[in-house]
Amino acid sequence: MSEGDEFAVATAGLTKRFSAQVAVNAIDLLVPRGSVYGFLGPNGSGKTTTIRMLLGLIRPTSGHHRLLGKAMPHNSGQVLPLVGSLVEGPAFHPYLTARANLQRLDSVDRHADPRTTKARVDGALDRVGLLAAADKKYRAYSLGMRQRLAIAGTLLAPRELLVLDEPTNGLDPQGTREVRHLIGSLADDGATVLVSSHLLSEVEQVCTHIGVMHVGRLLTQGPIAEVRAVSEPRARVETDRPADAATVLRALGLTDIAIESGVVVGTLGALVPDKIVAALVHAGVPVTGFAVTQPSLEDLFVSLTGEGFNVSG
Amino acid sequence: MSAAELATSPAARPLRHRPLRHRPLRHRPLRHVSTRFLRSELRLIFGRRRNQAGLGVLAVVPLILAITVTVSTPRPGHGPDFLASITSNGLFVALSSLSIELTLFLPLAVGTIAGDSIAGEANIGTLRYLLAVPVHRTRLLAVKFAAITIFSLVATLWVSLVGVAAGLALFGGGEMTMLSGGQIGMGPAVLRVVMATVYLGLCFASLGAIGLFISTLTEQPIGATIAVVILNVMSFILDSIPQLSWLHEWLPTHWWMAFGDFFRDPVAWDGLIRGLLTAAGYALVFWLAAWARFSDKDVTG
Repeated sequence: MSEGDEFAVATAGLTKRFSAQVAVNAIDLLVPRGSVYGFLGPNGSGKTTTIRMLLGLIRPTSGHHRLLGKAMPHNSGQVLPLVGSLVEGPAFHPYLTARANLQRLDSVDRHADPRTTKARVDGALDRVGLLAAADKKYRAYSLGMRQRLAIAGTLLAPRELLVLDEPTNGLDPQGTREVRHLIGSLADDGATVLVSSHLLSEVEQVCTHIGVMHVGRLLTQGPIAEVRAVSEPRARVETDRPADAATVLRALGLTDIAIESGVVVGTLGALVPDKIVAALVHAGVPVTGFAVTQPSLEDLFVSLTGEGFNVSG
Repeated sequence: MSAAELATSPAARPLRHRPLRHRPLRHRPLRHVSTRFLRSELRLIFGRRRNQAGLGVLAVVPLILAITVTVSTPRPGHGPDFLASITSNGLFVALSSLSIELTLFLPLAVGTIAGDSIAGEANIGTLRYLLAVPVHRTRLLAVKFAAITIFSLVATLWVSLVGVAAGLALFGGGEMTMLSGGQIGMGPAVLRVVMATVYLGLCFASLGAIGLFISTLTEQPIGATIAVVILNVMSFILDSIPQLSWLHEWLPTHWWMAFGDFFRDPVAWDGLIRGLLTAAGYALVFWLAAWARFSDKDVTG
């Protein structure tokens, strides 16, 4: 295994400048082999542009990247057959059936064996639950079914890397859950999965790694536990004497203490949470509610960017 | 929800969690020579209702021609007037139809397919999925142009076929009187009709190469088609302005009418060869232009 082979995706200074703006700004994306990498960021943060560059659809302004250890786009003929991708939503011929659309995709793949096309197409349709609707025209498909068909398209051949751009767009909660399971099962098979999403909570549950994009920059990336460790758990005390509670918390060594009406919040640090309530009661501060909250990815994002998870212009 | 609805509702069908069985992954041999992509293109083109309807319209001209001529025989005109000879030999229905349709209908048909070739895929987004398969961009352009050429030949042969069938049914066959006056037998006459048809088919394919190039410039297939038709009409207009006679022999459509030279004895090859060279020149230049444009274009659609 040569150096760089441990990453399914490795970019160095990857940049895409469109005439007016820098869509992707010198990012060093590292997706370890075997990981499920959640590529997060609001709409317009540069995720899709990055994915388009990874697949060789658009040319980087500067920087370079490797997929499965091989330099792109030079080796795309060898690498891309091992990469299944869903880019910026499903796209198929509307007047063909789902099955005919997958056969079309398979027929342009020079690595595909025509003798097994039928079995592979049916297998892929079955895996996304579309086999019963296989002979419907794509035109008649709902958005959720189209999304599933696009996922089926990535499963026509065995893959080492799956690049899924917003795979749950347009899916109902049940479909979203199913896609999460599918991603999990693909990872179990040994594939690396790069999944982009603007819905943080959706991705949180399946990912081993995350990277956060904001206005074209990759703010942070790494194993999900490490990224989360940046922001520590916080204690939240509900009381009608917030000022006194804050004094007690400060004395206990909590930091970043914030007082709102009836609520005091502080960062726990190394402190064991049990001690807090005892100390408060001991000091005679009435406690009406107490909780320790692990910050959500959304909170993390706000702490990284100083702003909400909104569309960046 | 009924049982039937349950069976077809995707939400009711859980995703399967079977492991992929086709490991190891790198054992997928490359097929160096495969016609699958081209066959898939042809299925897309000829399987599409719109294109089938277009071929139907192309067939209407020989039918109308044959029927109206049986009703009233036209008077002899001037020039290579196949129309006047229809009643003498049914094969002339095909030739008359070709000379009528070569100004607009056949170029429009080829322009539709060529305009669709890249822009159509870009428009519905399938282009990015083709490239991600991966399909090499040069291969994509080569297969697309091959499909345009085949469509062009098929469409032209189709007009001839309908014309020959209708003509022979209504006017019969037999010896054919050439434009130069002599006569040839039915067999050689049919052969010359086929050669004339293939000649025109190749001429239209060169227009298709222009269409392929325009199709790489836009994501609107209709726009590309309209551009091809405008270029075609413009070429005919320029060809009819005597002051521009120096330009005429370079126009893409100038040699198309030379297909009539197959019906001289002997065949007047000069114009036909110039026509084929012109067609090959346009095809080469515009295919290369399409390649230069498309090979490093950002595909954002």
